Formats: sequence, structure tokens, C-alpha cells
Amino acid sequence: MSNTQAANDCPWQRVTLLISTRKGAFIATSDDRREWHLSQPIMLGHTIHHLVLDPRDQRTLLMAASTGHLGPTIFRSHDFGVTWQEAHRPPAFPPPFDGQKPLTVNHVFWLTPSTVFEPDVWYAGTSPQGLFRSSDGGVNWDSVNGFNQNINRSAWCGGDKDGTPDGPKMHSIIVDPRDNSHLYIGMSSGGIFESTDWGNTWYPLNQGVAAEFIPIENPLYGHDPHCVRMSPADPDRLYHQNHCGIYRLDRPDTVWRRIGDNMPSDIGDIGFPMVLHPTDKETCWVFPMDGTAVWPRVSPGGRPAAYMTSDGGDSWLRWDKGLPKKNAWWTVKRQAMTADACHKPGVYFGTTSGELWAARNPGGRWRCIASHLPEIYAIEAVVAT
Amino acid sequence: MTAVRVPSALHDYTGGQSKLAADGGTVDAVLDDIDRQFPGLKFRIVTEHGAVRRHIKIFLNQDMIEALSTPVGPHDEVHVILALSGG
Repeated sequence: MSNTQAANDCPWQRVTLLISTRKGAFIATSDDRREWHLSQPIMLGHTIHHLVLDPRDQRTLLMAASTGHLGPTIFRSHDFGVTWQEAHRPPAFPPPFDGQKPLTVNHVFWLTPSTVFEPDVWYAGTSPQGLFRSSDGGVNWDSVNGFNQNINRSAWCGGDKDGTPDGPKMHSIIVDPRDNSHLYIGMSSGGIFESTDWGNTWYPLNQGVAAEFIPIENPLYGHDPHCVRMSPADPDRLYHQNHCGIYRLDRPDTVWRRIGDNMPSDIGDIGFPMVLHPTDKETCWVFPMDGTAVWPRVSPGGRPAAYMTSDGGDSWLRWDKGLPKKNAWWTVKRQAMTADACHKPGVYFGTTSGELWAARNPGGRWRCIASHLPEIYAIEAVVAT
Repeated sequence: MTAVRVPSALHDYTGGQSKLAADGGTVDAVLDDIDRQFPGLKFRIVTEHGAVRRHIKIFLNQDMIEALSTPVGPHDEVHVILALSGG
């Protein structure tokens, strides 16, 4: 065995990073997680919010795309990005009812495949907040009217002023791997909601979560979760990075615990991404940002660092080996940090300044493996099986 | 038939053609016809509720039109224009 193979915790397995940016998508591949090959841009000029591989067939890619001029759509590839076909019927809101204001999909923000029990089912979350479902592998998309036409939708989501600077979003669509009727969604804003009937009815799941921007004590909804994740090691363990802290929930409990209170006080617990270890439910990573005053949304002090917990959030360690020590005024968006599924997982993030960073194992040295890309919106890691 | 000119951003849908020909008595009907010829094209121009997308303008000959119900004739020309916006 060569030294390279001995040092690789994913021997003989190719790791692929699916990179979504403001100006197109890219695919980075590596056989040893040291040397990376970056593809030419895919759909150059299109805004790509999410590029996801179907884990059920390990072959189909779905890509949420738009340009500022032409509106949203979804492309599919069955040859790992060589050729693409557009959805025949992209996500689109149904006509309004009862005098409601009509909703128009501005962009598709999030894509989630369902479970192995529903091999052709995908979900899409949009801006403004909308949920859509495809039952044919992403060719045709239907409105999930249990949410989109719910009489409470506008109360849950607020209006145009209740969202991120580039539009309110539905994100973090999670399908319980044990029961595909059981869904979670996150909304910025709106909060976290749960359904146990394929999205026909929804219940808020925000107890214990701060919402300092709402002048109501303990609101049921209207929160701003930035990224919600279910542990691959335990579907009853949820974590989330919120506009107002970092939280953990062990179902069937319904009250979130603010584990971000254990972060260093000079860093705080504001950020966008939340990344979970593939096999250890106590280990996860966040990437804090400056959420003070006018919300600069850059690394605190210009000194970027990930923070890691290995005890479910009771304690956190700074992880900045290899990262700039000063004058790095970028940040990491909610979909732009991920981990692969190797035994010692590699961790990856992309920056708003177009740099792609990788660490071959938790706590290891960060290396910039690509730079000068457009603003990075999302990264997904795939390990060939 | 009515001539329809489309910008380069839509040429992926039209096989590279910038000038199309379509039937229809209104701008909306003309767009329906080019969508039949080039599936998916209309949704790039018009939202799910029938509104022209934010950064797109439609001209009938020399005049910008707001209503897709505007009548057109066989000797008219419909121009689909992308706004010069973005960064």
C-alpha cells in the first residue's frame, strides 16, 4: 500500500464535491482528498442554489437554477453532469385562494431526495417559502398544498419584509429515513415545522428557540432557523443553527436546548451552516459569523474559524488550523459547508469570496483547494460506493 | 404568422434561433404557440400567474406592452427583451 493510500481514510473511494455558485456549478473530485480536480463551469451564468446527487441511485443529479432574468427552474442529469435536461413542469405556485396575494417562485433554494421507500420522490423549497414535490425524479413538480395553500401560511411566513436580504426561503427539508411521511422544514423566516402526513398538515416546532426580533414572548412561529440537520447516526437527534443561537433537540421532546450558550462569549453562536458527523451524533461543526449591530455577516474580527463539539454541544473547540489569521472578511452560507461520509470525515466549506476549503479529518489542517470561484452558495460531498 | 424575436439567453430553448414565427391573435396566444414549438420557453418569460417576469420587457413593434391580451396581427413583430440589469 502506498503512503497516499495508507494516509487516506477513504481508500480507493472517490470523493466528489458538488459546488453551487452565483454564476454556475462546479464539480471537484479527488481520489485521495489531497489532489483535487475542478471541472469547467456548468451552466455558466446561471445562479445555482443547490446541486444534489440522488443517494438512491448514485447517478442522478438535480440542480436548482435561475438567472435574474429568466426565473427559476430545475435541471436533471443522469450522466453526472455531462448533459442536462430541464424539468418539464418546474415548481410554480397554484392560483391564490380566498383573496390571498398570488405567490411567484423567485428561485428554488433547496432540494431534498426522499427515502429509499419512495425512489423517485424529491422535495424542493423555494423563495418565497413554498414546498413542492416531484414523484417522477424531478421531471414534474407539484405544489404541496398542505403548506402552500394552508390558511395559516402567511401568518407563519410573514411578508416580504420577513426574510433574508435576498428573499425569504424554505430550506432544510428533511425526510425521516424511517418514515417518509414524516417531514421537517425550516423557513427564514417562519421557523421549523413538522408534518407526519406527507405535508398535508403542519405543526410548529420552535419551543425554546429565541426570536429576539419578534416583540412577542415565546412565539409559536416566525423564528429564523438558518440550517436544520438530522443526525445520520440517530434520526431522533436534531441540531440547528439559528439567527438567534445554536440548538439541539432529542425527539420526541419538543423543546430545543440552546447549546450555543456554551460557545466562547467573544465569538457568540450566530452563523449559517450546521454540519453533522456521519456516524457520531455528538459531533458537529458550525462556522460562526459576526451577528452584531448591523449584522456584517463576516467572520468575527476577520479571523475565520469553524467550531466543533464532540459532546452534543456541551463544549466547543475552535478549529482554525490553516485558515487566515487576519483580514479575511468572508463568511460561509447555510448550504456551503458539509462533511463527507468517510471513516474520518473530510469537512469542506465554500466562502462568499469564492474560495473552497477542505480538511481531510476533523480538527486537521484546512487547505484552500480552489479560489477565484464565484460566490459559493452550496456544497454537497459525495463518496463513491 | 407573427414574428417573435428572442434574446440570446433563450437560444438554448430555440436551438439557437433568434427569430421565430408563431400564430395567435394576442401576445399571450403567440407566446403559447412558441411554447408549443419550444417547450418551457413561455415560463422563462411569464410567471405562473401570467405576469411578465421582472427583468423582461415585451415590445409589439415599436411599443412596449403591459397586457399580454394585446392583439397582434400576422405582420406584427413581438420582441422579447431582457432588461440590462444584474451584476
